[in-house]
Amino acid sequence: MSRKHTAWWIVISLVVAVYALFPVLWIVSLSLKSPGDVANKRFWPTAIDWSNYELIFTGSAQDLFLPALVNSVGICLIATVIAVVLATLTAYAVARLDFPGKRLILTMALAVSIFPVISLVTPLFRIWSTIGLYDTWVGLIIPYLSLTLPISIWTLSAFFRQIPWELEQAAQVDGATSFQAFRKIIVPLAAPGVFTTAIIAFFIAWNDFVYGISLTSTSAARPVPAALSFFTGASQFEEPAGAISAAAIVVTVPVIIIVLLFQRQIVSGLTSGAVKG
Amino acid sequence: MSVIELQNIVKRYGDGYPAISDVSLSIAEGEFVILVGPSGSGKSTLLRMIVGLEDITEGDLLIDSERVNDSAPRERDLAMVFQNYALYPHMTVAENIAFPLILAKGQYSKEEIDERVSRAAELLELVDHLDRKPAHLSGGQRQRVAMGRAIVRDAKAFLFDEPLSNLDAKLRIQMRTEIARMQRNLAVTTVYVTHDQTEAMTLGDKVAVLKKGVLQQYASPQELYDEPVNLFVAGFIGSPPMNFLPVENRDGQLHSPFGAFSLPAAEREKLREAPRYLVAGIRPECFRDAATVDEEVRGSGAVLRAEVDVTEWLGNEVYAYLPFEAEPGIRKALEELDRDLDGEGTRTQVVAVLDPLTTVREGDAIDLWFDPAKVMVFDPETGENLTRDPENAKRLSEESEAARRRALERARAQQTEG
Amino acid sequence: MKAKVSNRQLGETRLGWMLSAPAVIILLAVTGYPILQAVYFSFFNYRMTDPDNRFVNWGQNYIVILTDPLWWQTVGVTLLLTVVTVAVELVLGFALALVMLNALRAVRPWVRTAILIPYGIITVVAAFSWKYAFDLGTGFVGTWLAMPEFDWFGDFWSSFLVICAAEIWKTTPFISLLLLSGLAQIPGDMLEAATVDGATWWQRMAKVIIPNMKAAIMVAVLFRTLDAFRVFDSVFVMTAGAQSTATVSFLTYNQSISQLQLGMGSALSVLLFLSVALICFIFIRIFKVDLAQARGE
Repeated sequence: MSRKHTAWWIVISLVVAVYALFPVLWIVSLSLKSPGDVANKRFWPTAIDWSNYELIFTGSAQDLFLPALVNSVGICLIATVIAVVLATLTAYAVARLDFPGKRLILTMALAVSIFPVISLVTPLFRIWSTIGLYDTWVGLIIPYLSLTLPISIWTLSAFFRQIPWELEQAAQVDGATSFQAFRKIIVPLAAPGVFTTAIIAFFIAWNDFVYGISLTSTSAARPVPAALSFFTGASQFEEPAGAISAAAIVVTVPVIIIVLLFQRQIVSGLTSGAVKG
Repeated sequence: MSVIELQNIVKRYGDGYPAISDVSLSIAEGEFVILVGPSGSGKSTLLRMIVGLEDITEGDLLIDSERVNDSAPRERDLAMVFQNYALYPHMTVAENIAFPLILAKGQYSKEEIDERVSRAAELLELVDHLDRKPAHLSGGQRQRVAMGRAIVRDAKAFLFDEPLSNLDAKLRIQMRTEIARMQRNLAVTTVYVTHDQTEAMTLGDKVAVLKKGVLQQYASPQELYDEPVNLFVAGFIGSPPMNFLPVENRDGQLHSPFGAFSLPAAEREKLREAPRYLVAGIRPECFRDAATVDEEVRGSGAVLRAEVDVTEWLGNEVYAYLPFEAEPGIRKALEELDRDLDGEGTRTQVVAVLDPLTTVREGDAIDLWFDPAKVMVFDPETGENLTRDPENAKRLSEESEAARRRALERARAQQTEG
Repeated sequence: MKAKVSNRQLGETRLGWMLSAPAVIILLAVTGYPILQAVYFSFFNYRMTDPDNRFVNWGQNYIVILTDPLWWQTVGVTLLLTVVTVAVELVLGFALALVMLNALRAVRPWVRTAILIPYGIITVVAAFSWKYAFDLGTGFVGTWLAMPEFDWFGDFWSSFLVICAAEIWKTTPFISLLLLSGLAQIPGDMLEAATVDGATWWQRMAKVIIPNMKAAIMVAVLFRTLDAFRVFDSVFVMTAGAQSTATVSFLTYNQSISQLQLGMGSALSVLLFLSVALICFIFIRIFKVDLAQARGE
């Protein structure tokens, strides 16, 4: 590799990094602007100011933001866990057993994942209003499964297909009971795939806006993405941009940490069986 | 060290087609038995039935006289080396080898496990790799880890499922010798599956030749070579494979495309009731260039004359290829045999393995000398070897059994010394 | 004997369905049942605020929608947005995939991490970022381009451009990862053979690489198209449908949730669903996208 070649690659990589990070950097900068600075129409703040963060954590916006944060974390985690547990059972069946209908199950999961969520919102809105699930955690967790379950089934089926199942037999010959073979051999081999699937499923639930905005009306269940559009400025006449940016950063930080820690696993999960962004 | 007995074993899958039909064989203590056959012969299925990974549809499987048809693999206490090694990717080499010992709860102390693992590692030259994961090992090293996992415990028998098929040619020969040596030293009953007749001949005390789930012959390598029961076994055992010539049995002579010859009186007698058109089998190494045979010896043999198509010079020997035309009826029988043996071409040529002294060149006519007593004659319909000598077969099997016992006793003596 | 074998098969079938049943039931419950409800209510005149005045109007909703220019305009905007974003994403994503494939070993993980950030970020957050970057009150883009008084959200084309930019930024990484896995599957010796045969870089690209990853490209395009056609979050945040930027999803939301016109909203839901199904059908039948490929089989 020539030095020129290396220099080229550094330039290209920098371009990619700027592409990926610029909008994030912008919103970080915006969140650090003082109320007077927000409308200065410049990229950088004139001075770093934490008042937007104070506003959402301790100030007037805390009643809007903090419950939303709790809702988002709780609802997304529950929806992820349920989806991954059920998908693990299904993917095991699909990857391991031979039975009529397994292609149908995969096709169904695919069909659900391309379903326009807005089409479900209208009927769900009516049903939930009738049976009292409107504006509750359960009322969001159930529709979130329509987002997390199909992708989990696909991703896990792809992972499970790669597991060398004959190792289970090797373990039995080595003296293991069926349960020991499963616990000592299959579980350690399957765990990374299950974990990766959980990350991807969580990202998808975390990203939801349609259900969040349509099926909630108060801070009882409203998640952060929906709450962002209810922000108002410190006073009625001020842009809420600073507070929204601060809240946006708070919900983006976990995403960035997960990406930094598990980028390799996420890429393998997305490319092995994923069908949806 | 145990005795394994298969009694009328049958395996049928969903479609009712028998993958194994009525196989009976008994494997003596410390014996090294090879299951060999082309693909689809059911050899791996049979092995997996012995170890307990496949259900036995009919028949009985006895280990040390105890029926184990319904026992789980772990209750049978057999060790197996898988074709793809089946190493546990999340465990180190040491953990892989120790795994069967750890599963046998309470049977081995921590110290004993360590000691056994290091002894196995030493034997297999894996000491430097004990802390590595299988992904960082070469093919040969993985193979040795798989063997380590088998020998580390005192299993009743070792089972090998084509253990060398993923290695390159040179390593395969090395490991073959290694396996033979280890089996002799440990004197453990061993069942070994392969599709490679060379492995079968070099490793086995006894070889079971299978074709489409049916046991053809179960005998010592030498008996298979000298006294095969039928065309299939004759064609499968030996390299290069036996030549099959269409012959017409008329006027007390066999008329082949390369000329006529007579069999010894005893053999001729056996063909009295035989059909008119037959298949004669002559092993390539039985031919000699008549020009290199001494005058007095030449008279005792027969000569065929043919034209050489291609020669291959290998240094210590020369292969000469001699094409011929066959009658459609015979040709069909030969083609079918070739398909059974996983072949691709049609067998309408003779191969002769000649001494490098020969001066024959491509395009030359050659006189091929051979001893007619070594010719085998087969019924083209049934494939039966009409000239088989049961007396000789019996003698050969007794000899090999005696040799095996002597080796086993030597190994035991060494073990008690050590 | 046969009975025993088929018993085993029966057992496997039963176990398979037992393990799959919870997921299958939930999938049916959260999609099948609501969409049937939507079909049912799409034939009603039904306002949430006036439930007593609910009556069947036999397809009147569909006639109203399909004869309303607003619907066709919304469909047009959605299709335009889909075509523009998917086309740009495909080109950009391919370039990104090539960068990732060929990047120096040392920088490769960093490039990969960088492009996963747009993928992982919440769409609404991305939309806010792009909105504020262009917004007349807060945006630096106007300042940088020396047109501080230009109202980006003041007319259709400039609003449309910003929405497209935000969508493209957010979803290109995903498409590039799918393309990367297609690229990585092309055997190296095939490219070497093409080089030996005298192909230039462009010829290798056009004659060897792209034809061999056609399946991966088509799958990526299908899924992105279906995703883009459903676009909602960005439009909601950036323009709320102003300057005629409403998409089909946004229109449906407005009818059902904002105006509580459940009958009309249900009809729109059904039409949106049918549109997505139609796109899917076109891809599978006309472009012959092999879904087994998408299943990773």
